Amino acid sequence: MKKIEAIVKPFKLDDVKRALQEIGVKGLTVTEVKGFGRQKGHTEIYRGAEYEVDFVPTTQIEIVLEDELVDTAVETIVEAGRTGKIGDGKIFVMPVEEVIRIRTGEKGSDAI
Amino acid sequence: MAQINVGDTAFMLVAAALVLLMTPGLALFYAGMVRSKNALSTTMHSVFSMGLTSILWAVVGYTIAFGPAEGGLGKFIGGFGKLGLAGVVRGTSGVEGHLIPESVFAMYQGMFAIITVGLITGAIAERMKFKAYVLFAGLWALLVYSPLAHWVWGGGWLGNFEGSLGALDFAGGTVVHIASAAAALACALALGKRRDHGSPALQPHNLPMTLLGAGILWFGWFGFNAGSSLAADGVAGSAFMVTHLAAAAGMLGWLAIEWLQHGKPTTLGAASGAVAGLVAITPAAGFVDAMPGIFIGLAAGVLCYYGVKIKNRFGFDDALDVVGIHGVGGTTGAILTGVFASTAVNAAGRDGLLAGNAAQLVPQFVGVLATIAFSFTMSFIILKLIDAVVGLRVSDEEEDAGLDLSDHAETAYVS
Repeated sequence: MKKIEAIVKPFKLDDVKRALQEIGVKGLTVTEVKGFGRQKGHTEIYRGAEYEVDFVPTTQIEIVLEDELVDTAVETIVEAGRTGKIGDGKIFVMPVEEVIRIRTGEKGSDAI
Repeated sequence: MAQINVGDTAFMLVAAALVLLMTPGLALFYAGMVRSKNALSTTMHSVFSMGLTSILWAVVGYTIAFGPAEGGLGKFIGGFGKLGLAGVVRGTSGVEGHLIPESVFAMYQGMFAIITVGLITGAIAERMKFKAYVLFAGLWALLVYSPLAHWVWGGGWLGNFEGSLGALDFAGGTVVHIASAAAALACALALGKRRDHGSPALQPHNLPMTLLGAGILWFGWFGFNAGSSLAADGVAGSAFMVTHLAAAAGMLGWLAIEWLQHGKPTTLGAASGAVAGLVAITPAAGFVDAMPGIFIGLAAGVLCYYGVKIKNRFGFDDALDVVGIHGVGGTTGAILTGVFASTAVNAAGRDGLLAGNAAQLVPQFVGVLATIAFSFTMSFIILKLIDAVVGLRVSDEEEDAGLDLSDHAETAYVS
């Protein structure tokens, strides 16, 4: 089993979610985060004082899937999330040790 | 009770309520500009004044300010005959033909005291112990505000009375704005800077709240300025008019400078400019005509834009710019009152420079300087005393956690 963490542009979240559902992903978790990569921040003005704000608000999606689905999921996220401009985001794939469903106690693939 | 004027009384009742509304408006204005962990603390500063200052005013503040100006000390504090608002329920105030119940007058004036204390709190934001604030607010209302109100409005040595200096201050350029700014400066110096001063973390957490507060202040200011005529008359009308125009001009003035300097006009700039204009027109409101009103607002919008930079130049943390807006704005207004005042607008006032009486500038300057000196000195002494007894500032940990939790065991925004 693998976990995918994908940082995507907030306005792309809906497209990515829909695309993932179409390939059979049953659930995901979304967090509002802030960060920066190559995307520049912005300047804000507060009563005559200018501030550089490096962080950009963005979105993190987490999904846990069977190994077989990972490549398709990654391609799906890339296609749905890409705008071609700096700041499109990144995807990280990492191994998962165990998954448990709280309601039933099921483990492993049955719990995904 | 002698024959009261029904129209004037109705108007003054409403005006008093409008002025009170300015204090929760101020609470919103200030709270939106601090970090969310201090939103309630900042709100509490203004709201608490509605409690404490009101009672102190009733018990002793009113009589110090508006007790009879007789006897040796009469030019400095009022007699104590109105302690506990004694006799107020039967008395009347004002001039013949325009009498209102003294209760209305006393409460109207009390609303001014409440908000003046609230104004100061812009400088103490995010680091003053609430206990220290309570002591400061109470002592300042009695020892600084009340005597000052007596000097300017209660028949004291500074105001426009027989045997006094003749400074014109229609609704409180000195008593309210310069006094609170001088006190704010004393507070900022006594407290020191916030720990994160200078960091980009120090951003307004809710500017929509600030803008709402500014709108409420603008609205309430009609009670503050027009109501200072103490009658529903022509002067109330002209005061209303120039108050509105000065707010508008102040906004445009600030936005123009901001747009030129930074390339973008900000909503905070719009709100700040409007407030600056309102501050500056406060001493002038019942004495000047429309175009001077616009000029005064415009001048304040521009000068206060630079005024807020003073704190950076001198290195003190006046968190919410009380000095830059109320100090610079109040002084601008006080001096320009000496320029534009005209008995053609208000026969009970005086003429200023442009009406042929350059001498009026002298009492205006004296009023500004005396207010700064008195308020700053007294505030500083009070602060040092409080520091010795309970300490002024919260601990580093408390400051980092936020005063909402540290002082009030509350969270403004529970997620």
